[in-house]
Amino acid sequence: MINIENLTKKFEKITAVDNINLQIKEGEIFGLLGPNGAGKTTTLLMLTTLKPPTSGTATINNFDIIKQPDMVRKSIGIVFQDPSSDEILTGYENLKLHGWLYDMPDDLREQRIIEVLDLVDLTNRKDDLVKKYSGGMRRRLELARGLMHHPKVLFLDEPTLGLDPQSREYIWKYIEKLSKEKNITIILTTHYMDEADKLCDRLAIIDSGKIVVIGSPKKLKKDLGGDIIRIKAEKLNIDALKKLTYVKNITNCDGEFCLTVEDANLNLQEILGIIGKVDSVEIRTPTLDDVFLHYTGRGIRESSSEGGWAEKAMHMRSK
Amino acid sequence: MGELKGIYALWYREVKVFTRERSRVISSIINPLLWFFIIGGGLGASVSFGSINYQTFIYPGILIQTALFSSIFFGVYIVWDKKIDFMKEVLVAPMNRTSIFVGKILGGSTDTLIQIIILLTIGVVFIATGVMSGINFNFFTIFVTIVFLYVTTVGLVSIGLILGSQMESPEGFQLIISFVIFPMFFLSGALFPINNLPSWLAPFILANPVTYAVDGVRGVLIGFSRFSLVYDFLIICIFSIIMILIGTYAFKKMKI
Repeated sequence: MINIENLTKKFEKITAVDNINLQIKEGEIFGLLGPNGAGKTTTLLMLTTLKPPTSGTATINNFDIIKQPDMVRKSIGIVFQDPSSDEILTGYENLKLHGWLYDMPDDLREQRIIEVLDLVDLTNRKDDLVKKYSGGMRRRLELARGLMHHPKVLFLDEPTLGLDPQSREYIWKYIEKLSKEKNITIILTTHYMDEADKLCDRLAIIDSGKIVVIGSPKKLKKDLGGDIIRIKAEKLNIDALKKLTYVKNITNCDGEFCLTVEDANLNLQEILGIIGKVDSVEIRTPTLDDVFLHYTGRGIRESSSEGGWAEKAMHMRSK
Repeated sequence: MGELKGIYALWYREVKVFTRERSRVISSIINPLLWFFIIGGGLGASVSFGSINYQTFIYPGILIQTALFSSIFFGVYIVWDKKIDFMKEVLVAPMNRTSIFVGKILGGSTDTLIQIIILLTIGVVFIATGVMSGINFNFFTIFVTIVFLYVTTVGLVSIGLILGSQMESPEGFQLIISFVIFPMFFLSGALFPINNLPSWLAPFILANPVTYAVDGVRGVLIGFSRFSLVYDFLIICIFSIIMILIGTYAFKKMKI
């Protein structure tokens, strides 16, 4: 469904997206996971024809993003990171506007509006002005809008950024429902590990514009080769630990030590024997955080430079 | 067909938003009335041109002033549209950029037209009640005034859109007020006659397209003008066409 070849975007001094190659299958939920500034949104803007690539290209639904941008735009829907509905209009009016912009026949448009409003549970709020909606409701409205013209591919840029836990659960539920019921190919960017883990069939971890690794969340975690033992101790005899064949990796996480250990439950005794005195020990199955840490050598962090989605919604103009 | 529907969508959004925000409509009317009563009334107490009272004299100027401010502000506002993502929602739709530009112009010029019609209605009431005198309102003069102002507005909205499409952030707004809107207003003859200008000032005024809009409307409404109606109309038509062409190009090149 999507084929990305050597896609690159350079701004004056930085390379925001560095030679990305990727194939995404029909019906897949694919995640682009990475910290803020990794190049996820830039990739999305290029795929949706809003920014021209510096070099390389991509095809979406067999249309080239550079040569056939109009056909690409007809095939896709997108929910942007920032609010993009008009808050002085009602939910219904925003959807009607979208139907016009996509040249939908009148009766089909009205029928789809009913359908998508129902899907995101906004039917009884459809005649309220969007400025009276909560952050989560706005996102749901935009999700509904992105679907109205039945796109083959739906792009979601940080779909739950800045939302409260309950709204996030809601959005996740809708995304899963969509993928199952409509067989839409969904590409989402996120820097939330739990979101990527829960939703994505496959994901690509992106760091500094490059794809670091691609795979299903399950496989990526399994590839680490064991459980994580997190140890707080004065010092660690790293050389001795490295000699143990079941210790796959030792990293520093926030001043403590994280060991990737095969069959951790069985081998914990021996490890503790080597280390000696410890302040605390924790064993857990690996998360995508550990995967990220493993491949990039650092943890994924929320940078403060990017405000939350809901917060930006508050600053939206009242024109 | 598809493009027309898209243009209609953009127009619908602008007009709906404008009319829904009552405070915006009201404030856009209050400001011209302050000019009319305070500047017009204050200066009018001691200034007149022949038999024409100053207050009467600046009424056409105030109509143009309203069109000028409201059109350019409207256009420059797309910089804000770009900042929030509504612009991306429109740009990512399967519509060409020229249609988006046309939709914006129609929306912005309709907003301005609504204000002009309100001001004209107030003017008619003023004449009927004797608050103002010497303005020749009839079907023909009102029609010509609206056509003049509409054509001018289209060119002015285009200027706003050209500036807005090239701006990265709303911080440049103040510069546009100081270096575009106010000079165009003061150099238009909205506030004074342009018959006996000092020689250093004349070229600036004659180079300003808004001058011809003021001259035309003033000629029609109070019979006080420097150029013929046809000449004035021709100039503002050329002005608007050139601005539309530049604007179309600027929109095609617009980055987000």
